[in-house]
Amino acid sequence: MSLPGRLSNKKEYALDRFFGYVFVVSAVLVSLVIFSIIVFVAKQGLQTFGDIGFLEFHLGTDWDPPYRFGALPFILGSLGVTFLAVVLGAPLGLAGAIFMAKIAPPRVRELMRPATDLFVGIPSVVYGWVGLTILVPFVAERTGGFGFGLLVAGVLLAVMILPTVISISEDALRAVPRRLEMASYALGATRWQTIFRVLIPAALPGLVTAVILGMARAIGETMAVAMLIGNVPQIAKSLLEPTSTLTAEIILNMGQTPFGSTWNNALFYMALTLLLVSMFLIILIRFVVQRRTYDG
Amino acid sequence: MDSRRVIDGLSTVLLWAAGFFIMGLLVFFLAYILGQGLPVLSLEFILSPSKEFEAGGGVGPQLFNTFYILFLSLLFSVPVGVGAGVYLAEYARPSRLTNLIRLSTECLATVPSIVIGLFGLIILVNIMGLGFTILGGAAALALLNLPVLVRVTEESLRAVPQTYREASLALGATRWQTVRRAVLPPALLGLVTGLTLVSGRAIGEAAVLIYTAGVSVSRHFPDLNPFVAGETLSVHLWYVRAEGLRPDADEIAAGTAALLILVVLAFNLLIGVPARIYQRRLLGKH
Amino acid sequence: MANKITVRNLNLFYGDTQALREVDLDIEQQQISALIGPSGCGKSTFLRVLNRMNDLIEGVRVDGQVLLDDEDVHGPEVDVVHLRKRVGMVFQRPNPFPMSVYDNVAYGPRIHGLKNKRRLDEIVENSLRDAALWEEVHDRLFRSALGLSGGQQQRLCIARLLAVEPEVLLMDEPSSALDPISTLKIEELLQELKKNYTIVIVTHNMQQAARVSDVTAFFLNGEIVESGKTDTLFTRPKDKRTEDYITGRFG
Ligand SMILES: Nc1ncnc2c1ncn2[C@@H]1O[C@H](COP(=O)(O)OP(=O)(O)O)[C@@H](O)[C@H]1O
Ligand SMILES: [Mg+2]
Repeated sequence: MSLPGRLSNKKEYALDRFFGYVFVVSAVLVSLVIFSIIVFVAKQGLQTFGDIGFLEFHLGTDWDPPYRFGALPFILGSLGVTFLAVVLGAPLGLAGAIFMAKIAPPRVRELMRPATDLFVGIPSVVYGWVGLTILVPFVAERTGGFGFGLLVAGVLLAVMILPTVISISEDALRAVPRRLEMASYALGATRWQTIFRVLIPAALPGLVTAVILGMARAIGETMAVAMLIGNVPQIAKSLLEPTSTLTAEIILNMGQTPFGSTWNNALFYMALTLLLVSMFLIILIRFVVQRRTYDG
Repeated sequence: MDSRRVIDGLSTVLLWAAGFFIMGLLVFFLAYILGQGLPVLSLEFILSPSKEFEAGGGVGPQLFNTFYILFLSLLFSVPVGVGAGVYLAEYARPSRLTNLIRLSTECLATVPSIVIGLFGLIILVNIMGLGFTILGGAAALALLNLPVLVRVTEESLRAVPQTYREASLALGATRWQTVRRAVLPPALLGLVTGLTLVSGRAIGEAAVLIYTAGVSVSRHFPDLNPFVAGETLSVHLWYVRAEGLRPDADEIAAGTAALLILVVLAFNLLIGVPARIYQRRLLGKH
Repeated sequence: MANKITVRNLNLFYGDTQALREVDLDIEQQQISALIGPSGCGKSTFLRVLNRMNDLIEGVRVDGQVLLDDEDVHGPEVDVVHLRKRVGMVFQRPNPFPMSVYDNVAYGPRIHGLKNKRRLDEIVENSLRDAALWEEVHDRLFRSALGLSGGQQQRLCIARLLAVEPEVLLMDEPSSALDPISTLKIEELLQELKKNYTIVIVTHNMQQAARVSDVTAFFLNGEIVESGKTDTLFTRPKDKRTEDYITGRFG
């Protein structure tokens, strides 16, 4: 009448132990992946400086491989599009998040949630293609130039970082305890005063995280930028002049440079730079921005 | 009049405007993409092979490669990603190792996809000498999926009430039995939702694949050999524009863009809806 | 009567804070022992020592002796999973799994390796009958357990526990989240169950302790102030603090 006892459960114990190992090993594998990425990309990229000076690469403005390797135009291009994307995209995204979290009637909100997910579902080559077929001709027509450059790339990137900014900052705003808001209303504050003086300060670490992650997305974005930036290795004197970025330079030239050549190594070094910047941003979030939550 | 009121009213108007502008942008994007692309989309376009220098080619092989690479990449990344997520949610105690794993997951999640593509290029093409292959593309893509899978798994498991675990353990279940029978079933909807998210992103990915899976397709179609190069839809959209050898490049690009959007949407519907129904059954709502 | 569980010099710490101090208690076979005391005095903690559910909490340290049939439950040889099969637990809030009624009851037998459909059917029916729930659910066995009322859910949890044939039932305020009628049903059920099981029940309700238990232990600040036959403890308490507590003149 009795159930199987402890001995017949041997198999279960073995399975239990086995899966315990499987899970630990999986977790360790994930860590190994990021470490090997760093190691291999760094090993390849740092060979650049056997042939070129560190300063020449970072501060030189003349990119004419295999003779000259001044990568400053790409560095400035990457910073430029990222800056534009954040300046245009972050305020809109934050406003959208506030709208969704606190203003929109439930029906509108229920509609906007999946809608912002759809933004994520649009592939970046498709964003690039839209920019190429609408934005570039539009700008070209108004300005008499070709349309390629920081402006179109930045505007499109601003749209592309919207879903990141919106979803993370909306979560942060919703996580603010209701009683804080209530306290503010009870003191006779208007809705805007409550949002501006209570909600935003309370959610600040989350909002900053949202913007930084948007920034990380913008600086690493490749396909759309490569389609819109113009791909000319020069420092842009205006927003309408074609220039290039680290990502665009990598994707366009990786295929036509022999592995191990200085030029090829330089492209890997650019990738290493992107990798380090994105990791720096994560560490910034984790050890500076998020830490402040607990101080109140 | 009270200036506080004016500012309050003004801010409300502006925030509504922001909300509408964002929705308007989305509608505009979708309408434009589908409006340009749908007229191009015919069964022939979707199924027939592409042509190099003449007009009238389709995207059949690219569509096939898109799914093939997605499938293989999930085959690699789901076991490891879900395993690591289960570890973090169910097994990990606060420790240095746990912290390190968490930090590496976050870092991996923000690594630009082009960097992952280059990593794949070093390992698969240059060190292992495989050349551009479907298998290599899938492996590199798997690395991109990995951190999202870890996060989604951990989040969905954490959303399962602690009481289920206690109840199961108190009945003499082992930890693994508890995870498999009491924790995973209610977490399934979250997992599947995460999987559609990952798949949507993978379908649209190009930067990872250009230097791992390549920009050409097999002469045979459909070709299941994972050791040949395999251009996907997204890569095709990029390549068609970049080299511009085909006279009808504009139409092909428009059609490919629309097809990509439709595939992503279909994925959400095909996987997301059954999962939701399952969840409802689980919770006893009919 | 024989001791099922013997506790000696039990101390338990959550990190630096001590939750149990020098606890001694004898829990007798086929009796109902009630643990009473103000909230936060360590009743749940004590209960969770008996089947080592505290192992799941970070930073718990235990010393002292807890013997189940003369075997120390903290001994190095002890198989915790098997221990929990022998010493089962019903929680304060009903916690059925989000599965059908049938699958809930069959959960335990299945994890212990039973696959035979006919035997499972049998166990499910018997357990539900023993938990006085069969009449109410026999025509909806395959619908979600989350559709049951709170009282039914708690009896389902008891049935789920009976299905693994434990020797000891630990119950942590099993009726505190229930209405009076459900509470009454559970109390009647306990009287039936005690014929076959050793039962330890935590309750904050002194009437309940007086109604259902044979032995009562009064906890205060992690210590047992007094324990003994329920009749004696409630009518002639030895300790002043016990008297204050049971007459409601406490804190
Ligand atoms: N997980 C825990 N971590 C730290 N302290 C705990 C934990 N659980 C309970 N305690 C503390 O132990 C004491 C006893 O708690 P408990 O056993 O739940 O009391 P009771 O069930 O009698 O209300 C309380 O002071 C409580 O704060
Ligand atoms: Mg308690």
